[in-house]
Amino acid sequence: MKFSYFPGCTLKNKAKDLDFYARRSAELLGAELEEIENWQCCGGVFTTSRDEVATKLSSVRALKDTQAKGQALVSVCSACHNVIKQTNHAMQTDKAFADKVNRYMAEESDYNGETEVLHYLEMLRDKVGFDTLKEKVVNPLKGKKIGAYYGCLLLRPNTVMGMDDPENPTIMEDLIKALGATPVVYANRNECCGGYIAVESPELAKKRSNAVVENAKAQGAEMIITACPLCKYNLIKNGADIPVVYFTELLAEALGIKEDANE
Amino acid sequence: MNKKNLREEIILRSGVNPKKCMKCGKCSATCPAYDEMEYHPHQFVNMVDTGDIEPLLNSDSLYKCLTCFACVDRCPRGVEPAKLVEAVRLSVIRKQGENHLTANDIPALLDDETPQQLLVSAFRKYTK
Ligand code: SF4
Ligand code: SF4
Repeated sequence: MKFSYFPGCTLKNKAKDLDFYARRSAELLGAELEEIENWQCCGGVFTTSRDEVATKLSSVRALKDTQAKGQALVSVCSACHNVIKQTNHAMQTDKAFADKVNRYMAEESDYNGETEVLHYLEMLRDKVGFDTLKEKVVNPLKGKKIGAYYGCLLLRPNTVMGMDDPENPTIMEDLIKALGATPVVYANRNECCGGYIAVESPELAKKRSNAVVENAKAQGAEMIITACPLCKYNLIKNGADIPVVYFTELLAEALGIKEDANE
Repeated sequence: MNKKNLREEIILRSGVNPKKCMKCGKCSATCPAYDEMEYHPHQFVNMVDTGDIEPLLNSDSLYKCLTCFACVDRCPRGVEPAKLVEAVRLSVIRKQGENHLTANDIPALLDDETPQQLLVSAFRKYTK
């Protein structure tokens, strides 16, 4: 199984753990992640306006590159996945927008959203399979009570993202179970941490982040997992007193390859 | 730009049809930025529909939206209020000198852990 891989700017810098353990775990699970050559930053957040063209070109380039290889595009950062998937959807459904983009890239062939876009979690569930994953677990995380934090970007807008039931998702809980741990379900797992508002109004980010952590703890979570560097940052910065880690770290731990990061 | 043209432009840019709104208020009820907003998501819908856009252009509410898409997913009528907030914000920040965030603001916002994602996202939303 070969996939085109879009790491994104943060995974090359502040979120190296998210990237490193994703790659190593994929390798062990028989999924080869081929990094897209010369990828450019997705921009962090999708611009919904239909007349915003330039801000979406980096995603289109990655999608076209992937199409040329006949692969599916995988990313592990929630934000990259959201931006690329929403851009792909716009290319499929908004003819006037796609036309503008294709004129922009006139020297190349037209693109109309043909590439399959997957989050790493979907790759695990739909391509590798949680059952196969379970068989490869050598270090089951028995007794750990873990709250999955989805935030907004993985699930919404649901008509585009289509990963899971946006109000009652199970994909991360199923992952937690496959790794031998116990998932903790809590109401705020799909509510916003504040995201980029940390720049505009740190108090609002604090309020939203605290609401997530307090709710997870009240339901018995001893740890929170996330796929988003900004969620992780906001939760920790605003005083989370239980560990907040990337889901790929947990995955690597259960697969018995966690210590490799320091090599 | 006159009132009517601005309304048309925002509707075209956002792809939103405010006439679909049944004024149930669910978008505002679910909005995590509600307390910080002078105008709430359902008001954006109504004010764009009636062409009363000037107050929105001058309101800080434009910069409080988290783009969390809660209002988009939970609106029973598929109105997608967040797209209107964005379209109105673009009407402001696309004008010369109207950027809400500049590179000079950044050093004061940084700490050792600040992810690149935070800065690129904020620039995408607040700056043209
Ligand atoms: S997208 Fe913006 S307006 Fe809509 S619920 Fe989220 S913060 Fe509120
Ligand atoms: S949730 Fe939808 S229908 Fe209800 S007030 Fe908001 S935009 Fe209108």
